[in-house]
Amino acid sequence: MSNAAIQEIASQDYKYGFVTDIESDTAPPGLSEDIIRFISAKKEEPQWLLDWRLKSFRHWLTMKEPTWANVHYPPIDYQATSYYSAPKKKKILNSLDEVDPELRATFDKLGISLDEQKRLSGVAVDAVFDSVSVATTFRAELAKVGVIFCSFSEAVREHPDLVRKYLGSVVPYTDNFFATLNSAVFTDGSFCYIPKGVRCPMELSTYFRINQANTGQFERTLIVADEGASVSYLEGCTAPMRDENQLHAAVVELVALDGASIKYSTVQNWYPGDKNGKGGIYNFVTKRGKAFNRSKISWTQVETGSAITWKYPSCILQGDDSVGEFYSVALTNNYQQADTGTKMIHIGRNTRSTIVSKGISAGRGQQTYRGEVKIMKNAENARNYSQCDSLLLGDKCGAHTFPYIEVRNSTATMEHEASTSKIGEDQLFYCQQRGISAEDAVSMIVNGFCREVFRELPMEFAVEAQKLLGVSLEGSVG
Amino acid sequence: MLEIKDLYAGIDGKEILRGLSLSIQPGEVHAIMGPNGSGKSTLANVLAGRPKYEVLSGTVTFEGKDLLALPAEERAREGVFLAMQYPVEIPGVNNIYFLKAALNSVKKHRGEEELDAMEFLQLAREKMKVVELDESFMNRGVNEGFSGGEKKRNEIFQMAVLDPKLAVLDETDSGLDIDALRVVATGVNALRSEKHSVLVITHYQRLLRYLVPDFVHVLANGRIVKSGGKELAEELEQKGYDWIDQEAAVAAQ
Repeated sequence: MSNAAIQEIASQDYKYGFVTDIESDTAPPGLSEDIIRFISAKKEEPQWLLDWRLKSFRHWLTMKEPTWANVHYPPIDYQATSYYSAPKKKKILNSLDEVDPELRATFDKLGISLDEQKRLSGVAVDAVFDSVSVATTFRAELAKVGVIFCSFSEAVREHPDLVRKYLGSVVPYTDNFFATLNSAVFTDGSFCYIPKGVRCPMELSTYFRINQANTGQFERTLIVADEGASVSYLEGCTAPMRDENQLHAAVVELVALDGASIKYSTVQNWYPGDKNGKGGIYNFVTKRGKAFNRSKISWTQVETGSAITWKYPSCILQGDDSVGEFYSVALTNNYQQADTGTKMIHIGRNTRSTIVSKGISAGRGQQTYRGEVKIMKNAENARNYSQCDSLLLGDKCGAHTFPYIEVRNSTATMEHEASTSKIGEDQLFYCQQRGISAEDAVSMIVNGFCREVFRELPMEFAVEAQKLLGVSLEGSVG
Repeated sequence: MLEIKDLYAGIDGKEILRGLSLSIQPGEVHAIMGPNGSGKSTLANVLAGRPKYEVLSGTVTFEGKDLLALPAEERAREGVFLAMQYPVEIPGVNNIYFLKAALNSVKKHRGEEELDAMEFLQLAREKMKVVELDESFMNRGVNEGFSGGEKKRNEIFQMAVLDPKLAVLDETDSGLDIDALRVVATGVNALRSEKHSVLVITHYQRLLRYLVPDFVHVLANGRIVKSGGKELAEELEQKGYDWIDQEAAVAAQ
C-alpha cells in the first residue's frame, strides 16, 4: 500500500456532471450598462435597485482583480461570459405543480425533492437553476410563523423595504472585485427573514445548480434574523462537467440583530474539473455576517468541489457579547486549488470567536488557509481560538497556512494551534492489519480528521458530507 | 497451521532474515526470543504483510494458502493478527467504530453474518472486561492520547474481539508494568484453544512466566539458532544472549 493506492482512491468520477436539456433565455455574452439594464428589466426591478447595480458596475470598472490569493489561473475574459440565463417559463407559477417537469427531474436526479408531501425531513428548499429561483417549498407553513423565505427577485417585489434596508449593509457594493461584480449583475438567490423572537421551525435550504454553458452564476443571498430570532440555513451546489471554466461569484450577507442566531452550513460540490485540471468552476465568493449584541453567527462549510475556491466566510462582531464561529473542511484533489479561511473582526466587548479549519490535499491539489483575526480598540475581553490542521495524501500536493492576527486591545486572549500531518504508511497498515481495506481506511482517517467540523453540521448534511468526502477522495490511494 | 520455510527478508535493501524456518501447529504457543537486531520485528511484520518489508526468498504457508501472495488486509481476514509494538494513533476515529468495521470485514470475508451495533457492543463489553479496559475507551479515538500500557491493552482487546487463528505479539510486553503484563497474559490465555495459535515475540522472559509457551526459539542473525521447551526461556534469562551468539558464531564457521 503506497502512494499509488492513495492516488487511486482520490479519483472517482463526478456524478452530478449531467446537463439538462431545457430552453433558456440567455443574455448575449458581455458586460455593459446595457446588459445590466437588460437584467434589471427582465426582472422588472424598481429604479433604486437598477441604480444600485449601475453604481456597482461603475465602481467595478475602476477595480482590479485581486492577485494576492495563492491560486493560479489564466486571465478571465469578463466579456466572454453571459450574465443572465433563465429557464424559459410561460407564466408565473402558482404552485409547485407547475414547475417544468424537466427541471423537476433535474432536481430529483440531484436528490432534491421539490415535492412537499414526499419531503419527510422537514427542510424547506429554494431551488436556484442557473440564475433563477425555480421553486421554494413549504412557504405556507413558514408564513404561519411569519418567516419569509423566497427567491431574491420575489423579495424585491414583495418586501422591498426589507431588501433595501439590508442589501449591501454587510458587504457594501464597493467591497471587493468579485462582490462588486456580483452587485452589478446578480440575478437571483434566496432571501430569508425571521421575525422577532421566532425560532424558525425547519431548516431552510437553497440548492444552486449551474446548467447553461458560458454563463456565470451570480446569486445573492440575504438572511436577516430579527431580535431574538434563530435559523439554521443550508446551501448545496452542483454543476455539469464542462471543459471550459465557469465563473461563480456569489455574495451572502447575514444580519443577526440583538440576541439572534444564524447557523449557515454549506456543502459546496461544484464541478472540480477533470483529472488533468481541465474545466471546473471558479468559485469566487464573498460571505459575511454582521452580529449585533448577544447574537451569534456560525459558518460551517464543506468545500470539495470547484477548480478554484476563493472564499472567506467572515463575521463582523459588532455588538457586545456577540459570537462568531467558522468550521471548515476543504478538500483539494487532482489540480484543484483552494484559498479559503475566515475573518473575525472583533468590535464589541466580550466578543468571542472560534475558528476550526481542516484542509485536506490529495493528488496535485493546493490548499491554503488564510485567516484574519482582528481585535479592535474597544473590544475589551475579546477572545479567539483558532485551529488549522492540514492533512496531506501523497507527495505532490501542498498545504499552506497564512494566519493574520491584529490586536489593538491588550485585554484580548488569543489562541492559535496549527498542525500538518500525512496519512502515514503506519496508519494505513494498522487499519489493513485489522482487515479494513485501504479505501475504507483512508476515508476513515480523513473523516476522523474532520470530525470536529462534521459534528457542527445538521445531521443529514453530516452524512452527505462524509459520503462526499469519500467520493472526492476515491482513487487517491493506491 | 503456519509453515515458514527458509525465509529471507529485509527492509530498505538490507537483508535481515536469513533462512528462517518455523512450523506452528494449531493450539500451540511459540515464543521467539532474541537480542536486539536479530530480526524479531521483521519476522512479525513480514508475516502481517507490511509493504515496506521485502521478501527475498522462501515460503510462508498459512492453512495451506500462500500467505506471502496475500495483501495485508486479506491476511488479517484469513485470521492473522499482529499486536503491534508501536500501535499508531488515528485521531477522531472512534475506537469502537474502528473495531466494528474491522470485525465485520473479517466476518464478511468468512461468509458469516455481520454484527449489528447492539450485538457488537455486547461482544465488546464482554471482551473489555477480560483486558480490564474501562468502557470510556470505546468512544475515544483509536489509541488517541492512550498511555503506552493502554495502547498495548487495546491491542489485546482488539485481538480478543477479532478472535484470530494466529496471533503474533510483537514485543507486547515492552514498557509494561507488572499489572499490565498480567492483563496481557490473561487476554492471550483466554484465546488459547486447540484451534488458536500464538507467536510471542519478546526480548525478555518475564511475560513468559504468565504466558507459558509450548516452544521457545532463539533468533540470532536472522535465523533460529536454538529451539526448546519453556525452560530455554529461563536459561536465556539467566545467561543472557551472549552464549547464543557465540554458539551461532561457531555454527556459522
